[in-house]
Formats: sequence, C-alpha cells, structure tokens
Amino acid sequence: MPSLKDLRVRIASVQSTKKITSAMKMVAASKLRRAQEAAEAARPYAERMERMLSNLAGSMSAGSGPKMLAGTGKQQVHLVVVMTANRGLCGGFNSNIVRNARLYIRELLDQGKTVKVLAVGRKGAENLRRDYRNLIGDVVTDFGRKRVQFSEADGIATKITDMFNAGEFDVATMIYARFKSAISQIVTRQQIVPFPVPEKSATAPAAGGPAAVYNYEPTDTEILTSLLPRNLAIQVFRAMLENAASEQGAKMTAMDNATRNATDMINGLTMKYNRTRQAQITKELIEIISGAEAL
Amino acid sequence: MAATLHLEVVSLERLLVSEPVEMVVVPGTEGYFGVLPQHMLLLSTLRPGVIDVYNGGAIAERYFVTGGFAEVTGSSCTVLVDEALPLATLTRAFVTERAAKAKSLLDAANTDEDRRRAATMVAHAQVMETYVAA
Repeated sequence: MPSLKDLRVRIASVQSTKKITSAMKMVAASKLRRAQEAAEAARPYAERMERMLSNLAGSMSAGSGPKMLAGTGKQQVHLVVVMTANRGLCGGFNSNIVRNARLYIRELLDQGKTVKVLAVGRKGAENLRRDYRNLIGDVVTDFGRKRVQFSEADGIATKITDMFNAGEFDVATMIYARFKSAISQIVTRQQIVPFPVPEKSATAPAAGGPAAVYNYEPTDTEILTSLLPRNLAIQVFRAMLENAASEQGAKMTAMDNATRNATDMINGLTMKYNRTRQAQITKELIEIISGAEAL
Repeated sequence: MAATLHLEVVSLERLLVSEPVEMVVVPGTEGYFGVLPQHMLLLSTLRPGVIDVYNGGAIAERYFVTGGFAEVTGSSCTVLVDEALPLATLTRAFVTERAAKAKSLLDAANTDEDRRRAATMVAHAQVMETYVAA
C-alpha cells in the first residue's frame, strides 16, 4: 500500500509529464502545418517534372538513352534508401518505415541479391544497424534542422548519382512515409533508379493519334542527362518533405495519446489518493472512538 | 481577343504563374525563343535569364529565372525552374546581397559539391546584375 506521500509524488510527476507531452503536441501541430504546406507547395513541380520526363522517356526507344533511364541491364545490386526521422517520440513512425525496409531487404537477400543501404535519418540507421550492420553504406543525418532544404535533397541525390555512375548498384529504391493525414501515414516504396517509365499506353495521346514527337533543344540526350539527376533530386526532395510532414503528424498523434494517458493516470491516482486519505481518517477516528469507549 | 496559351511557371517552392497568355519569350540554352499558341512540341533546357509574358500586345510581366526546363505544347507552356522571381523584386540591394552571400559561400566551400553549388550561385548573381541595370 503506497503511502499518501508516495501518491502525491507520483501524481506530481505524471502531471509534469503531461505538461511536456501536451507542449510537444502543440509544437508538432504547428510544425505539421508548416511541413504540410511545404510538402504541398513542392508537389506541382514534382508532378510536372515527372510528366515531362515520362513524355521524354516514352519517346526514346526502349533500352536506349542514359543508363539512369535504361538501367544497367542487371538487377543484381540493390540500393535501399531508408528515410526516417532524426528524432524519436513519434509513435510508430520510424519503426513502421524500418519494418518495411527490413522486409524488403530480407526479400532481396532471399532472392540472392546484393543489398546496400543508404540511411537518411538517424533513427533508421540505429534500428537497421542491429540486423544489417554490414549493409549500411552511408548515413545522412544532417538535414531538416529547421525545414527541409532543397540543397540537402540535392546532396543526397548527388551521392546516389555518384554511386550509380561508379557502378556501385543497379537499382535504387526509396522507402519513406507518404503523408495522408495527421493520423495516417503510408509507408511507400518508390523505385528511383532507373527511372520507372510508365506503360506506353499511358503516355500516348487519348485521341489515338501518333505519340507526341517533341523537338529538343539542345538534343534529347542532353536534356535527359540534365533532367534525370534533376528529377532524382526532386523525388528525394519530395520524399523528404512528405516524411517531415508525416513525422510531425505521427508525433502529434503520439503526443496526443500520451497526454490522454497521463490524464487517465492522474485521475486514477487522484482517486486512489483520496480513498487512501479517507481510509486513514476513518482509521484514526476508530482509534479515537475505541480509545474513548475503553475508558 | 487573340488566341492564348496556358503558361505555367513552377519553381521548387511553389506554382508561381498559371494563367492564359498571348505570347511568352523564354531564355532557352540556345537562345531566347518566343512561344505562341499552336507552337510545335518542344522540350528545352533554360539558362538563367528573364521570361517575358506578353498580353495585349505588350510585355505584361517579367520574371527572372535561374535555369531549368521548358515544355511547350500547342496549348500550353510549362516552365520548371529552380527559382523564379518577378523582375520587380530584383532591386540593387537584393542583388548585391545575393552576390555577397554567394561569394561568401564560395569562399567557405570545402568540398567539390559545395564549391560547384556556390559557383552556380555566383553565376546567377552575375546574370541578375545585368538585369538590375536594365
């Protein structure tokens, strides 16, 4: 039976925890709004870039063009870019991404592929290190201090491009959480290298005419060689923004739950405290009365 | 009313312009080109320069852009750029500040990657200079 003092101390400590979690919830909520705006603002560019690239890729004959489009012709070495947050306390956010990544890596390993991991975000690296220490090639944690900058995404994209040009992998896949709402984030796998060309039918004009033939300035290969790394950077950027929004959403939900739990706990403890106090008073009264009766 | 085409200028941060225009002049890598409705399909890279938007037979708006891509179809012109600014915001003070920032970044750069990026910024600032005077 805890003493009254113990209960008082516990109530106080839960109360201060509650204050912290509710403050964190507020912070996450305001950060979420900003991150969400940023993610939405970056969408038009990424969408048009993708459309432009599919048009261009669709007009190239299959298998031709730069390697980033056509692939290396092999599927042996896979690069898995695992995007997580740098910080915890955001519910299942990081563990969901890592779980998905782990599944994917296992799948690839079972198929006899070679897997390399590029971890973006500290939490993902820490979690994957337990099982796949030797696979992790590089860890990027220096991003999103205040908000995600394009230069940060560009840096990661450059890293990926360099690795690809050096022939260090054949296929790259990115795993991140797409932001749907504050309570729902969808872990998504996206192949980024080689650029996944949509089905021919999707790019052909609906009118049934011949596929659009573009004029290129300077030449199609030149445009492709500048467009492809650019697109990679954009896709990474978009994923990072989506991830940032998802992280804040998950954090907000997690902190909201924590606050609610703390409230429940305080109620329970207060009830117990009052009962104990009442019991003690009753006990003292009985002692006094029985003492008086004995006289 | 002359025929129009739909112009979209999209920067990394946002959709800057989305409106019908009569003509637009774009700074292609191989020279400026004008786009009128019914233009042939064209994909071009852009160099840093100014986009002129024509409405009612005269320049209605001007935007400074720092290189990117343009996609032209008969009915639309989509311009994807890293950064786009209305030319009016390009004041002397703004450009000087940009140039100084780019310069300091270049001096502080210690990896090839940083150096390359800073050099691009310096180049952009130089192009901006030429438009401030004009």
